[in-house]
Amino acid sequence: MKPCLDIRRLSAVLPNGQRVLRSVSLSVQPGEVRALVGESGAGKTMIGKAVLGVLPKSVRIVEGEMLIEGDDLGRLDAKARRTLIGARTALIPQDPLTALNPSRRIGAQMTDRLVRILGWSGERADKRIRQLLDEVQIRDPERVLKSYPHELSGGMRQRVLIAAAFAAEPRLIVADEPTTALDVTVQKQILRLIAQLQRDHGTAILFVTHDLGVVAKISQKVSVLYAGKMVEEAETAQLFAAPQHPYTQALIAATPRYTDPYTSLKPVDESVLAGLKAEIAAADKDWRPGHG
Amino acid sequence: MDEARIPRRGLSPRLWLAGGWLLLALLAAIFAPMVAPQDPLAQDLMLERLPPFWLDGAEPGYWLGTDSLGRDLLSRLIFGGRIAFIVAFAAATSACLIGSALGLIAGYFGGWADRIISRVVDVWMAFPPVLFAILLVAVLGTGLSSVILAIAIIDWTRFCRVIRAEAMSQARMDYVESARIAGYGRIGIMLREVLPNVLPSVVALLSLEMGIAVIVEAILSFVNLSISTDDPTWGSIIAEGRLSIHQAWWVLVFPLITLILTVLSFSQFGEALKAHFDPVLR
Repeated sequence: MKPCLDIRRLSAVLPNGQRVLRSVSLSVQPGEVRALVGESGAGKTMIGKAVLGVLPKSVRIVEGEMLIEGDDLGRLDAKARRTLIGARTALIPQDPLTALNPSRRIGAQMTDRLVRILGWSGERADKRIRQLLDEVQIRDPERVLKSYPHELSGGMRQRVLIAAAFAAEPRLIVADEPTTALDVTVQKQILRLIAQLQRDHGTAILFVTHDLGVVAKISQKVSVLYAGKMVEEAETAQLFAAPQHPYTQALIAATPRYTDPYTSLKPVDESVLAGLKAEIAAADKDWRPGHG
Repeated sequence: MDEARIPRRGLSPRLWLAGGWLLLALLAAIFAPMVAPQDPLAQDLMLERLPPFWLDGAEPGYWLGTDSLGRDLLSRLIFGGRIAFIVAFAAATSACLIGSALGLIAGYFGGWADRIISRVVDVWMAFPPVLFAILLVAVLGTGLSSVILAIAIIDWTRFCRVIRAEAMSQARMDYVESARIAGYGRIGIMLREVLPNVLPSVVALLSLEMGIAVIVEAILSFVNLSISTDDPTWGSIIAEGRLSIHQAWWVLVFPLITLILTVLSFSQFGEALKAHFDPVLR
């Protein structure tokens, strides 16, 4: 079976030549949830943006391939790439506050994607949206569809965005820290909803997060990223049971536990970071685009 | 299940006051021939420098008094309003269209478009606006259309700068990114996602610019560079009133009050409209 998303040796640089992604390879099978874990600045969001074709202008991809269901994005012209990405992927964004246009009603924002991407009639799109709103347990779709974003709470907005992401039946959803901006009590509900819809629709998800607790709950496989370099990848259960890389071990050890809130909070050991940095420096030394 | 809808705010008192004055002045200007008590051009040396109605020596029918040629001041103010409003609407709208379009392009597209447009704006703003206006009218020749053209040519930069900044911040929003992921084109995103969010600012600026246009027109007619001297304009009445300030203060004071009220109303009206239309402030 062709992987839903296949990233091969992807490297990207900033204008000053600094590498932000270091030969990252990663694949997501159809219907699978793959977590992408790392500290802030590790490049996990960058990978998501690269897949969706919305990297900042300053970031340049210098090598590697990205395939969505076997179609190489690099071989398509800009327009075909946009169409393919629009039809097969969707984003659940990090911040529900800025992800909806404040001057347009929720209903219009949700349906026009379906009309645009799938060429549906307005009526059909409207029906579909209501069905999805029901799936994300919004009880009064009438009110929500007529509301402006600011009239809804953060949790409600994130539900709307989840519904919108699944509505066009994409094959792959990039979830970019979808619970980070939310209240802890709401986080759990939202996570459960994403898992529920993922199962029902069989969508593959690239789940970007820094929260190992979330990883354990939602994903089948995990990739650990540090400074744009893939440190370890494994089945989720296996990663937690027997982490191979010292950095992964340190990350897991650093996760706070409810049973032992004061003593278990450990920062990642300096020697581990030093080892990682040495590894990266060694790899960068003889790296040339195309030969990495 | 979540919090209740935030109730919509009603129209604010300042919107009522500013809008009320503007409506009154606008209606008076439109229906000037019916509303004005006298012919604004009729001179009568027997009636020169009549004081306003509450002072001794006032004549009925000449509510705000007359000027040194015996022309009725109220009628002249009402007819002068016609030119003020024509200039305000035409000049401000033209400046708004040019400036907002360029600002939107510069802010949303960035890159070369932004660099070119921003440099032009910088050069433009290096000229002192009033001198620039006087120069332009001197070149274009006096007349209503020259005045409108001059104001539009000078003041589009106000719109351009503000709208550019707003469009830039909008372009960085996640919903613009979502629209890109969904496959919308750049122009489509600009018009659909960015433009509606800068509209409240456009409206506020437009109203403010109308006030500015009224002032500039008054300045130009004050220095006798607006339209022909026969037609009364607020600026030309002020210029005449200045000469007879010691004999007939009202000829200077009433047009000044009218001008100030109108300009103030335009700016307050714009601010209030912005607050009213802004979906987040609402």
